[in-house]
Amino acid sequence: MAGLTLRNVGKRYGALSIIQGLNLDIHDGEFLVLVGPSGCGKSTLLRMIAGLEDISEGTVAIGNKIVNDLPASKRELSMVFQSYALYPHMSVAKNLAFGLQNFKMPKAEVDRRVAEAARILQIEKLMDRKPRQLSGGQKQRVAIGRAIVREPKLFLFDEPLSNLDAELRVQMRAELASLYTRLGTTMIYVTHDQVEAMTMASRIVVLRGGKIEQVGTPQELYEKPQNLFVAGFIGSPKINMLKAKVSNNEAVVDGLPAFALPVLGTTDQELTLCIRPGSVRIGSGKVTAGGTIKLVEYLGNETLMHVTLSSGQVLLVSDSGKVSYRIGDSVTIGFDPFDLHYFNAAGQRIEPTENEGRIQ
Amino acid sequence: MWRGSISPLKASFMRRFIARNAPAYAFLTPWLLGFFLLALGPILASLYLSFTRYDMVNAPRWVGLANYEYMFTRDRRFWKALEVTFTYVALAVPARLIMALGVAMLLDKGLRTIGLYRAIFYLPSLLGASIAIAILWRQLFAADGVVNAVLGYFGIQGAAWITNPDTSLYTLVVLAMWQFGSPMLIFLAGLRGIPKDLYEAAEIDGTPKWRQFTRITLPLLAPVIFFNLVLQTIEAFKTFSSAFIISNGTGAPADSLLFYTVYLFNEAFKFFRMGYASALAWVLLIIIAIFTAISFLTSKYWVHYENERD
Repeated sequence: MAGLTLRNVGKRYGALSIIQGLNLDIHDGEFLVLVGPSGCGKSTLLRMIAGLEDISEGTVAIGNKIVNDLPASKRELSMVFQSYALYPHMSVAKNLAFGLQNFKMPKAEVDRRVAEAARILQIEKLMDRKPRQLSGGQKQRVAIGRAIVREPKLFLFDEPLSNLDAELRVQMRAELASLYTRLGTTMIYVTHDQVEAMTMASRIVVLRGGKIEQVGTPQELYEKPQNLFVAGFIGSPKINMLKAKVSNNEAVVDGLPAFALPVLGTTDQELTLCIRPGSVRIGSGKVTAGGTIKLVEYLGNETLMHVTLSSGQVLLVSDSGKVSYRIGDSVTIGFDPFDLHYFNAAGQRIEPTENEGRIQ
Repeated sequence: MWRGSISPLKASFMRRFIARNAPAYAFLTPWLLGFFLLALGPILASLYLSFTRYDMVNAPRWVGLANYEYMFTRDRRFWKALEVTFTYVALAVPARLIMALGVAMLLDKGLRTIGLYRAIFYLPSLLGASIAIAILWRQLFAADGVVNAVLGYFGIQGAAWITNPDTSLYTLVVLAMWQFGSPMLIFLAGLRGIPKDLYEAAEIDGTPKWRQFTRITLPLLAPVIFFNLVLQTIEAFKTFSSAFIISNGTGAPADSLLFYTVYLFNEAFKFFRMGYASALAWVLLIIIAIFTAISFLTSKYWVHYENERD
């Protein structure tokens, strides 16, 4: 097992810069998820850690050892690919054993590890099959098995669940989480799916344009997003964003009555206020406004309503599944400013220094 | 009355069949004419002629199996031609395939100017079919040719490669090796079809390059290797123009370049033993068929098809 230290890591292809000045400490034994939109550099970063891509700038260290010039095979890590990358001409058993045979490991030890991995992943009955005879989920298990048998210091996962259907993805997500609990090995996991990130990670790294937007536990990212990008990226349904003008310590938002702001310690005259759909209520609240229901999405345990305010802005409201509103209904929505996230004109989070007492 | 003998149902079916398919057959006619007149006709004619004595002046005379009997029991040049041809096939096919695979793997490394290199490397194969290259080859390996001149710079006394019966065949093997273009292109396409992920996974697992080649590249390339092997073997058995030119059409020196096809050509168009030449042609066809059959029969033990159904 090992931690990782990334210092000023950069990646460029000619003039095109993919990753710039990235610093990150990955703790020994944590499940770190790299998440971000397409093209944010998350897969490239993972491949640089794996040794499949050169590191243009900075250093990557596994444990205390800088591995920039170490070939992939010497980094003592395993990787699970999005495509599974199973050898199509080999049986499952041979796929699992192939990597071990490179190290001239005694056959008894190879057999023991293969059997152990097969047992953990419940693929014992598939050992003689070829990959083409396996379902997507089974292939995924074999790919994970091939990573496990190496008993590496570090596991890398490159969007391993994105080729699976929704139901299987949820199941494999749980299995990966329990595998992590069982092995306790450092895992670095790349995904574009924030739900995967939220459900599995010890810590999440949100990347955009080759830069880190925020690093934190799922709870930290959800409750204290450091900037508008993270606020919008993490959380489903998506957070509501309201443009506000500051006037006499009051927030003026189109379609809402003006309400008092807490002490924010900023002189910016334009702020963005964010509120999770679950914090907006139908009917009551310290701040209320009228609106019209534009769309109702019934999800069983919750109902998601898109409410158009008089300004034309649409607010997402999540309510318990028992309400029954129809499209076109006029409703009153309300929220408590205490639940708002405040962002300055540059899109950075500002924390109220005093959160209570100003609203009567 | 034919209508009486065929039921109305069948008659209407045939009418519909003709109505539906007539345009197709109309379009196929030129090809069908060519096939029957220029291919199938002569093939069947040669089968008949192989049982005759025919000098192109007098009418063919039926001799039964006499041509075949003579060939296998008394014709020493026939056996010599087989020896030369088999030796050539055994050397030239592997040499060309190894060369082709080697160059394809170099090109597969992702050179920026790959298109250019592909064209350049394919060039010898385009030229190779031409008589000019065979003539050039004769000049290169002549006693006073370029090869010996180059060897001379290093103080090596080169042999008379082509006129020496011990080395003449090998000059043709080298020529075959040089004409690696078309199998190389097919190998290149095959290599491009192997997912890069597999090599990356192998790399991370610490698989040495040679093991990646033998355990990943070769097995996954097996269908392409098999295709090239069959095609190149057939082609090698049929080698004619280069051997004909370099040996001045005789198979000289000392019959060392007496390729099967050269012998066949001489029997047919030099000595006008058309019946015997036809018999030779049929024996070659059967030899090629046997080799192809062996290839296909053994292929199931070493050729893995990705999309095979079980």
